[in-house]
Amino acid sequence: MNFDPFIIPFNIGLYFILIYAVVRSVIWFRELSRPDKLRLQRGFFGKAFGQSLKEIFLESLIHRKILKSNPRLGYMHMSLAFGWFLLILFGTIEADIFGERHLNPPYKAIFFKFFSPDHGKTFFEASYAFLMDLILAFILSGLVLAVTKRFFSRVVGMKKTTKLKPLDKVALTSLWLIFPSRLIAESLTSGAYGTGSFLTGNLGAALASFLPANELAYPFWWLYSLSLGTFFVLLPLTRYLHIPTELFLIFMRNSGIRTGDKPGSFSEVEVHSCSSCGMCIDVCQLGFSAGIHTIQATYLMKGIRNSDYIHDIAHNCLMCGRCDQICPVGIEISPIRMIVRRIEENDRVYENSWNGYFRNRLNVPAPKQDNKPSYDFLPAPVSKKADVLYFAGCMTHLTPSIKKAMVKILDASGLNWSFIDEDGGACCGRPLMLAGNDREARELINFNSQLIWKSGAHTLVTSCPICYKVFRESYYLDVEVLHHSQFIKNLIDEGLVNMNFLQKRVTYHTPCELGRRSGVYEEPKEVIRHVATLEPTGYDDENSLCCGGSLGNIMLSHDKRRGIAEDVTARLTANDPDSLITACPLCKKTLAQATSTRVVDIAELVAEAIADAPALKKNPSRHKKKVVRESAASL
Amino acid sequence: MNPHVIVIGGGTAGMEAAGRLARAGMSVTLIEKGKDLGGHLRDWYHLFPDRRSSDEVLEYLKGQISHQNIRLLTGQQVTGFIHKGNEFTVSTGNGDTINGDALLLATGFDLFKSERKEEYGYGIYENVITSADLEAMFRKKEVKLVSGKKPERIGFLHCVGSRDEKVGNIYCSKLCCVTAVKQAIEVKKIFPASKVFCFYMDMRMGGALYEELYKEAQEKYSVGFIRGKVSEVAVNINNRLVAKVEDTLVGRPLKMELDMLVLMAGMEMSEDAVRLAKETNLQMGENRFFKPADHHFGTNMGNVNGVFYAGACTAPLNITETISHARSAVTEIVNYLNTGRK
Amino acid sequence: MEKFGFSLTKARVIDYDANDRSIVSYILEREPSLNLCIECGCCSAACTTGNFTGFSLREIHILLKRGENDLVRQKIRKCMLCGKCILVCPRGVNTRNVVFLAKQAFTKNEGYEF
Ligand SMILES: Cc1cc2nc3c(=O)[nH]c(=O)nc-3n(C[C@H](O)[C@H](O)[C@H](O)COP(=O)(O)OP(=O)(O)OC[C@H]3O[C@@H](n4cnc5c(N)ncnc54)[C@H](O)[C@@H]3O)c2cc1C
Ligand code: SF4
Ligand code: SF4
Ligand code: SF4
Ligand code: SF4
Ligand code: SF4
Repeated sequence: MNFDPFIIPFNIGLYFILIYAVVRSVIWFRELSRPDKLRLQRGFFGKAFGQSLKEIFLESLIHRKILKSNPRLGYMHMSLAFGWFLLILFGTIEADIFGERHLNPPYKAIFFKFFSPDHGKTFFEASYAFLMDLILAFILSGLVLAVTKRFFSRVVGMKKTTKLKPLDKVALTSLWLIFPSRLIAESLTSGAYGTGSFLTGNLGAALASFLPANELAYPFWWLYSLSLGTFFVLLPLTRYLHIPTELFLIFMRNSGIRTGDKPGSFSEVEVHSCSSCGMCIDVCQLGFSAGIHTIQATYLMKGIRNSDYIHDIAHNCLMCGRCDQICPVGIEISPIRMIVRRIEENDRVYENSWNGYFRNRLNVPAPKQDNKPSYDFLPAPVSKKADVLYFAGCMTHLTPSIKKAMVKILDASGLNWSFIDEDGGACCGRPLMLAGNDREARELINFNSQLIWKSGAHTLVTSCPICYKVFRESYYLDVEVLHHSQFIKNLIDEGLVNMNFLQKRVTYHTPCELGRRSGVYEEPKEVIRHVATLEPTGYDDENSLCCGGSLGNIMLSHDKRRGIAEDVTARLTANDPDSLITACPLCKKTLAQATSTRVVDIAELVAEAIADAPALKKNPSRHKKKVVRESAASL
Repeated sequence: MNPHVIVIGGGTAGMEAAGRLARAGMSVTLIEKGKDLGGHLRDWYHLFPDRRSSDEVLEYLKGQISHQNIRLLTGQQVTGFIHKGNEFTVSTGNGDTINGDALLLATGFDLFKSERKEEYGYGIYENVITSADLEAMFRKKEVKLVSGKKPERIGFLHCVGSRDEKVGNIYCSKLCCVTAVKQAIEVKKIFPASKVFCFYMDMRMGGALYEELYKEAQEKYSVGFIRGKVSEVAVNINNRLVAKVEDTLVGRPLKMELDMLVLMAGMEMSEDAVRLAKETNLQMGENRFFKPADHHFGTNMGNVNGVFYAGACTAPLNITETISHARSAVTEIVNYLNTGRK
Repeated sequence: MEKFGFSLTKARVIDYDANDRSIVSYILEREPSLNLCIECGCCSAACTTGNFTGFSLREIHILLKRGENDLVRQKIRKCMLCGKCILVCPRGVNTRNVVFLAKQAFTKNEGYEF
């Protein structure tokens, strides 16, 4: 037997989805920018290809990242994805070895039992059947977890599970039906022919003992085919599109393509790769400390996919990067959020057309064309000549103790330095960027850049991680940019300051902009360890928390910010340290409001430690260049 | 035997109430954690509204408590109490316990810790002081800059730690406006040639003779008033303080050099009392002061029968109000001990 | 008729009833904390922009509430969104969002672009 009408739904589904995938990838490819096209081509024929295959295996099939952080959830994803993959792979081999001929059409593999019902009699056949049953059981165990998760999300160790839209429900039902219907169809056929292994064989025998197995099997084969077909046809309309899309994502990413700052193929692929796994929900402080449960990355991705109104979702986020860090698919969540922030409130990032089968990229909304400068009141930039510039930043003016400490440290260093914004300067531009106002930010960047250029300095030190990030990434400067923690670290390494060890137990709060956003984790901790006893908090490095004061969120109310800060300080001072150290004036102000523990900037701690230190090495000019140059390597 | 009332806190409220209770025939134990009685009053110099010496008031209060029915326990801090039926057992920091029939909490207030408003530079810049520091200078008759020089320009910053969401206190401390005016006058009396400015958000001069004092400050002492909340203080190269404010009535930012800046620190529920309240389930209001049973008829009572309140532990009160409040507490306690006990 | 030394010109009087307060309504709907402003001027004292030029967020707030939109429109783009004002506001007004929403409201209602 070679054909039966019941395979038609499956065949339609399969060929539809294959053609769809080809068309879709051609569209995506065509919409890539030229350099990205080249990257992808190079990636496809280069060693990135192997890397991608490896990643596909580890992440899309095994789900290694989820497995690591949440083993039960990981197992669920793995059993479905990897199990199904194995089933197809071994099914194809099975059909090839045991079928009537080689190189069968796909349906032969999928419905092998139907076309070879008495397969499984010889020992070799039976062991193969055992393997196939094992794989099916593996998948079914994951399915049981998935079904339970839908109804009781705690079972798999998650606080929240994502909500579904109607089409997703149909697709989900068909997905859920695939394996149970296969189990029953195979079992009934096995029962009728006395074949099958431990699962289908035993179940089949049991069913056949009181049911007309042969007659009943046929409708279940239909059901199996129908659920497969339905699932494939609906796939592009549902969130399950993430399964094939993630494969593209991996290839593109390994070829070196990045999100960028405008909507494009890559961000569209990213948006469709979100598996709604919900891991971003669990790490988001706006959720667990502020009770805001609508803005997390998964909802942003969903909103973009559905062309919903997502303006508020996009802006109501601390930009702390905790979700970027955890996302197992590796979606660059914050850059995507920034894309949405940059466009007009009512513009959509992507538009649905063709009933959703083809979501075409909108012409990138024209940036708000208004060339009138906003900050033409800024005076002509004048600055003193100096080797080292200190830029305190707007916020630092509200924390005079940081300013005072930095002045003391800079004086102690003996370097030739100048305080650029002593009487207040222009903002660094990052807050404007975070609000999506890039053009305005550029004006400030130009102003500050000129100040810096004109000083002839080779090093720029800032106390504010927000400034630090933008100076490094968005300014075109010919100077070394250092956060003060790095600068102090260099001074220590060079022996330019002597410090006493303070008998203090402290904990350290890593500011988001310095840590996750700029990758500076070690220098502040090393400086602290130099002068005090640093204790871990369980929220260190990549896992650090946001203080709640973030300028990345323009909508968050004072009360919610305070709530977050209280939660954070409670966690960071759980073992009652003498002080809570941070390295950002905004963090300091925000955290200090919420705790009775002393909150101290790293600069203050150091200034305190150099208080009674013996006289410093003077004439440091011979060190000067080295101090500054070496630090580049440490970044 | 006479009913026994335990009064916790020997400030204005505790002293006045103890004296009155003794005279009403109660036996009283007055427990004060400090070495001396008097509470904050001992730190002040001349009192508003009439600038009489605080020592006079203290003398009066000392007279009140010299009574045979009053037992004084100083240097002992009350850390908790329990009650069984109608009897209260108070425990102190050194492990003693004292039994009584009613409790009067007169634990007063703490001055807001001005370091918390870092932008004003208290503890960072020399010559940024609090209103309490200034009173101490008045008492020592040594008002001067750290350098020993005379201040030529002095600023008073209203609402430090009051009316401020950022420190979690949205209430008004009610008497720092008039204190600023009183202190401004005192400063001008010492340094007639100096210039004195008050930086205010609203002038809350609602007490008897307050407005008169305000007018006097303008009329006789040329005290300047600038409407705007100072955002930050810095020092300039001449080592003078620079306050930044918006002169909201002109609508323009204003920078002013000052030799001395006085922060009108607000009143907060005392930390000890917060601990006590948490320990003993006494309710606190949103402002963290003891929550009165009723805002009209029950400001001396809280949520535990037999526990009474007097003075600035219920809200920011001046001395006049504190004394009245202590007296009404006495009436309530006597009433309770005679008839109100269930 | 005799001329007095002054006249009540449009520029002088806030014609509260004639003024368009849709902008402030739009903002208040989304950022009700604007209502909490007590015009203390702390935000404008701290203001980074105010350090360079005549710009007062406090004034913006009150002008918005009175419907003096022209003045607001001329000035609002000067804000750098630096956030100093948020840190100092004693009333917890979410000041940056007021600026942000005001710009948005002008763009929407009047097609004016920022
Ligand atoms: C700067 C400033 C200036 C002022 N000037 C004036 C003025 O000129 N005129 C005026 O009318 N008012 C003035 N006041 C207000 C005045 O200080 C208060 O009205 C008065 O002090 C309130 O008295 P009290 O007894 O309630 O509290 P407090 O004076 O605070 O006394 C409370 C006492 O209780 C003790 N205590 C607390 N907890 C415990 C415990 N657990 N166990 C034992 N003892 C405890 C404390 O040690 C303290 O002695 C001023 C206030 C300030 C801040
Ligand atoms: S954004 Fe990433 S972490 Fe969040 S649901 Fe999607 S895949 Fe999971
Ligand atoms: S960046 Fe931070 S605040 Fe924003 S969604 Fe992610 S975890 Fe939440
Ligand atoms: S009394 Fe005056 S200074 Fe004190 S909190 Fe009230 S308004 Fe501010
Ligand atoms: S955010 Fe705007 S209004 Fe606020 S301080 Fe900065 S520049 Fe001024
Ligand atoms: S600081 Fe706050 S309350 Fe004061 S004027 Fe500005 S917005 Fe209004």
